Amino acid sequence: MSKLPTPDKLIATIPAFPMEGWMDTKPDFKPGTWCYPAKVDNMKALGMPNPHEWSADQEDWNLPENWEEIIYEGLKSRLAKHRSLKVFMDICVRCGACADKCHFFIGTGDPKNMPVLRAELLRSVYRRDFTTAGKLLGKLAGARKLDKDVIKEWFYYFYQCTECRRCSLFCPYGIDTAEITAIARELLHELGLGIHWIMEPVFNCNRTGNHLGIQPHAFKEIVEFLCEDIETVTGIKINPPFNEKGHEIVFITPSGDVFADPGIYTFMGYLMLFHEIGLDYTLSTYASEGGNFGSFTTFDMAKKLNAKMYAEAERLGSKWILGGECGHMWRVVHQYMDTFNGPTPPKMEVPRSPITGTVFKNAASTKMVHIAEFTADLIKHNKLRLDPSRNDHLTVTFHDSCNPARGMGLLDEPRYVLQNVCNNYVDMPENTIREQTFCCGGGSGLNTDEIMEIRMRGGLPRGNALRYVQQKHGVNTMACICAIDRATLPPLANYWAPGVTVYGTHELVANALVMRGEQKRTMDLRQEELPGMEDE
Amino acid sequence: MFISLLAVIALGCIAWLGAASGFQYLIGVVLPYAAVLVFIGGFVWRMVDWAKSPVPFRIPTTGGQQKSLDWIKPARLDSPFTTAGTVGRMLLEVLLFRSLFRNTSVEIQKGPRVVYYSAKWLWLFALLFHYCFLLIFIRHFRFFLEPVPFALTAIEFVDGIMQIGVPRMFMSDVLVVAALGFLLARRLFSEKVRYISLANDYFPLFLLLGLVGSGIWMRYFAKVDIAAVKVLTMGLVTMNPVLPEGIGAAFFIHIFLLSCLLAYFPFSKLMHMGGVFLSPTRNLPNNTRAVRHVNPWNPPKKYRTYAEYEDEFRELMEEAGLPVDKTSEEAAAAE
Ligand code: HEM
Ligand code: SF4
Ligand code: SF4
Repeated sequence: MSKLPTPDKLIATIPAFPMEGWMDTKPDFKPGTWCYPAKVDNMKALGMPNPHEWSADQEDWNLPENWEEIIYEGLKSRLAKHRSLKVFMDICVRCGACADKCHFFIGTGDPKNMPVLRAELLRSVYRRDFTTAGKLLGKLAGARKLDKDVIKEWFYYFYQCTECRRCSLFCPYGIDTAEITAIARELLHELGLGIHWIMEPVFNCNRTGNHLGIQPHAFKEIVEFLCEDIETVTGIKINPPFNEKGHEIVFITPSGDVFADPGIYTFMGYLMLFHEIGLDYTLSTYASEGGNFGSFTTFDMAKKLNAKMYAEAERLGSKWILGGECGHMWRVVHQYMDTFNGPTPPKMEVPRSPITGTVFKNAASTKMVHIAEFTADLIKHNKLRLDPSRNDHLTVTFHDSCNPARGMGLLDEPRYVLQNVCNNYVDMPENTIREQTFCCGGGSGLNTDEIMEIRMRGGLPRGNALRYVQQKHGVNTMACICAIDRATLPPLANYWAPGVTVYGTHELVANALVMRGEQKRTMDLRQEELPGMEDE
Repeated sequence: MFISLLAVIALGCIAWLGAASGFQYLIGVVLPYAAVLVFIGGFVWRMVDWAKSPVPFRIPTTGGQQKSLDWIKPARLDSPFTTAGTVGRMLLEVLLFRSLFRNTSVEIQKGPRVVYYSAKWLWLFALLFHYCFLLIFIRHFRFFLEPVPFALTAIEFVDGIMQIGVPRMFMSDVLVVAALGFLLARRLFSEKVRYISLANDYFPLFLLLGLVGSGIWMRYFAKVDIAAVKVLTMGLVTMNPVLPEGIGAAFFIHIFLLSCLLAYFPFSKLMHMGGVFLSPTRNLPNNTRAVRHVNPWNPPKKYRTYAEYEDEFRELMEEAGLPVDKTSEEAAAAE
C-alpha cells in the first residue's frame, strides 16, 4: 500500500483543472489509485467472459482480440434493455448541477470525477457509434473514437464512483451516474476486466453463502463464540437456531457482521434483541450473506446471489425475511429483489411483527423488512425496556448510508431508534445527511485498502462534517446501519476526525436493552467499562 | 464555443443573403414547412424510441422519507409511494425544476472546512428563461390565429405593463435575453461548466440568442411590416402560402433561425423536453417492496442451490450438528 499523505497535505494537493480538454488527458495509474485485478480462477469459476491476466499499471491489458466489437455489441444490447441508459445518454444538458455533488470530485479535484464527465466518458463513445450527429461531426459533437486508452480511462473512473446516487438527486432530469457506472462496469466485465476485491467475495458468496467464504460449521462456531461474549456481558446464554425449518422468520444480515470488528457487536445486538422479545427465527448458513457484491459487477450476478434468499425462505418454510443493517443490500432488496427473483415463494406471507402485530404493508410483495423498521416499531409500541443512560458517555451522530437514503428513503426509522437508546444525539450539517448524505468513500466494492488515498479523498466531505460536529458538539460516536460502513468509517474517522468511534445502530440498542434475567451491566458489548455503572 | 458562434452568425448571413437575392419563398415558406415536419417527425420518433425501450427495474432516486410505519411521516412528493405522489413529483420537476432548486455549491476553506452554499441562481435563471420562452411562444399565436383570442391580448397587456417605448416593450423579451445571457456567462466563466461544455452546448444558446435578437430587432428597430408578416403566417397555417411584398430582411433572418431551431431540436440535447418525462429515477413511485415490478426481459434464475451447497459441505455440517436435508448415509445410498 502506498503511504497516505497527512490530511492537510491531501487537501493542499487537490490540483487545479488541467489546461487541456478532457478528451486529451489520460489517467495516471499511480499506486493507490486503482484496484487489483480479479483472479483468473475466480472469474473462470463464475463463468465470467474472457478471463485473463492483466494489471492496470501495465501498458498492455491483454484485451480479447475483438474487444471493439464486444463493446459495441455490449453497449447496443444494453441500450435496448435499459430505458434509463438510453434516456440518460441523450438528455444531459451539461448544466453542471451535478458537478460538485460527488465526493470523489470534491476530494480529488479531478474533473473527470464530476458525475457529468464520468458519464461523458461513455456518452462520447455512444455518440460516435449510435448517433448521426456524432458520426458526422465527430469531436465537434462530443463524440470520440473508442480506443484502448478509453477502456483504461473507463476502468479508472468507473472504479472511482461508489454508485452513491448523490449526483442523481441534484440532476434536473434525475440522470443517475450510478446506473451509468453499473452498466459501464458490465461492459468492462465483458472484456474480462474486474477487480479482486469484488470478485473474491462474489466467488465466495456463490460457493459458501457469504462474502467471507465462511463454511457452515465455522459460521456456527463464530456465532457461538459471539454468544459466549454476550454471556460474559449479560449473564444470559443464547442459542440461536441455524438452518432450522419451521420458524416464522429467516434473519439475513451481511456476513461482515459475523466476522469483523466492530460489526460483530452489531450482530451480538441482533441476537440479544431477538432473544429478549422471543422472536421465532432462524439463521441460515446457506443464505448467510445479506450483502450482494454481485450488484457491483452485473445485474445478472446480483440476481444470482440474491436468489438464495427466497430459495432458503422456501426451503425452511419461513413466512418472511428480516434483514439486518446494510446499505447496498437494501438497495438490492428494496428496488431489485422482487423483480429479480420474485414472485415470492407461495408459503411466504405479508410480514407481520409477531410482537406488536404491525403489518408491514410497505413490504407486502417483497416480504422482507429492515431491522430498523422492525425495531422502531417495537420501541414505538413500548415492547422494549431500555436504559439509554448506559450510552450516556456517548454523543452520537448518524451516518446515512447512500443506498438506504437515496434508493429507499430509510431516514427516520434509524434516527428514531437511536434517539430512544441514546440520550445525546446530534445530526451532522443538513447538506451532508439524509437524502443529501455523503458516501463513506468505499461503497460499491471500493472498500479495499490498496486505494486508501482515493478512499480518504472521497471521504473528505463525510469526514469533515463529522469533524464539525465533533468540535462543535463533542460528538464521539458515529452510528451507522451498514456493514461496509463499519469497515470503512473507522479509518475515515481516524483520518478526518480522530477520536470518533463507529458503532452499528443495534449495538447501541443492545447496550441500552434491559434484558430479563440479566446481570447488572458494567460493560458494554465491547467489554469496555460503562462509566458510572462500575461495580461498587 | 467560437465554432458555435460562427455557425449561428453564418446561418444569419445565409438568411440575409438569401432574402436579398430572391430566395424569399424558400426561406419564408418552404423551409418553415420542412422544419416543422422534421420537428414533429423527429420529436415523435425520439419519444417513441424511448418509450418503447423497457424499464427493467423500478429505481426512483428517493429524495426523502419512505412510507413505512404509519406514524412516520413520509415525503409524499420527494419519495412518492402512490401514483398521485409520483405525478406530483413530476409536476414539480417539470414546472418548477424541483431538483435544480436543491442546488448547492461547495468550497473547501481553511481549517479545513468543507462548506456548502445554497446556489439557486441557476435555478432562477433557468426557470426565467423557460417561462419567458414559453410566454413568447404563446404570444406568437397572434400571428397564427384570426381573430386574436382575448386571452392572448390579455397576456400581451400584462407582459407590456411597464409601458416603456413604442411599440410597447415586453418584459419577457428583456428577461429572456438576460436569462440566456446568464446561462451563457455561466458556461464561459464558471470553470467547471466551461470545462464540460461542448460545441453543442453553446450552439443552442447562440441560436436562441440569435432568434430572440432578430425578433427584438424586427419589432423595436427594423419595425417590419407586421400586417404583411401576418398575411404570410396566416397563409402558412391555412396551407395556402402567399408571399406578400415588402417584408424586411430581419423577418427572414428570424424565421430562418426558427427553422434551424426546429430542425435541430429532435437531434440535440433540447430533447430534454421530452426525456424529462421518461426518466426512471423520477417518474416511478418508491413502492417496489409493496408492489412487484416486472422486468420484461427477466433472465431465468441461475444460482447455486441449497442441494449443491449441502453436497459440498454435508460432512462438515453434520459434524457441527447443523441440520441437513440428506444425511451422509442417504446421500451415499442415492449414489
Ligand atoms: C418540458 C419542458 C422543459 C423542461 C422541464 C426543461 C427543463 C430544463 C432544465 C431543468 C434545464 C437545466 C437548467 C439550465 O441549464 O438552464 C434546461 C436547460 C435548457 N433548456 Fe430546457 N426544458 C424544457 C423545454 C425546453 C425547450 C422547449 C427549449 C428550447 C427551445 C429548452 C432549452 C433549453 C436550453 C438551451 C437549456 C440549456 C441551458 C444552458 O446551456 O445552460 N428547454 N431545461
Ligand atoms: S445535472 Fe444532469 S443534466 Fe446537468 S450536467 Fe449533470 S447529468 Fe447533465
Ligand atoms: S454516483 Fe456518487 S460517486 Fe458516482 S458519480 Fe454520482 S456522486 Fe459520484
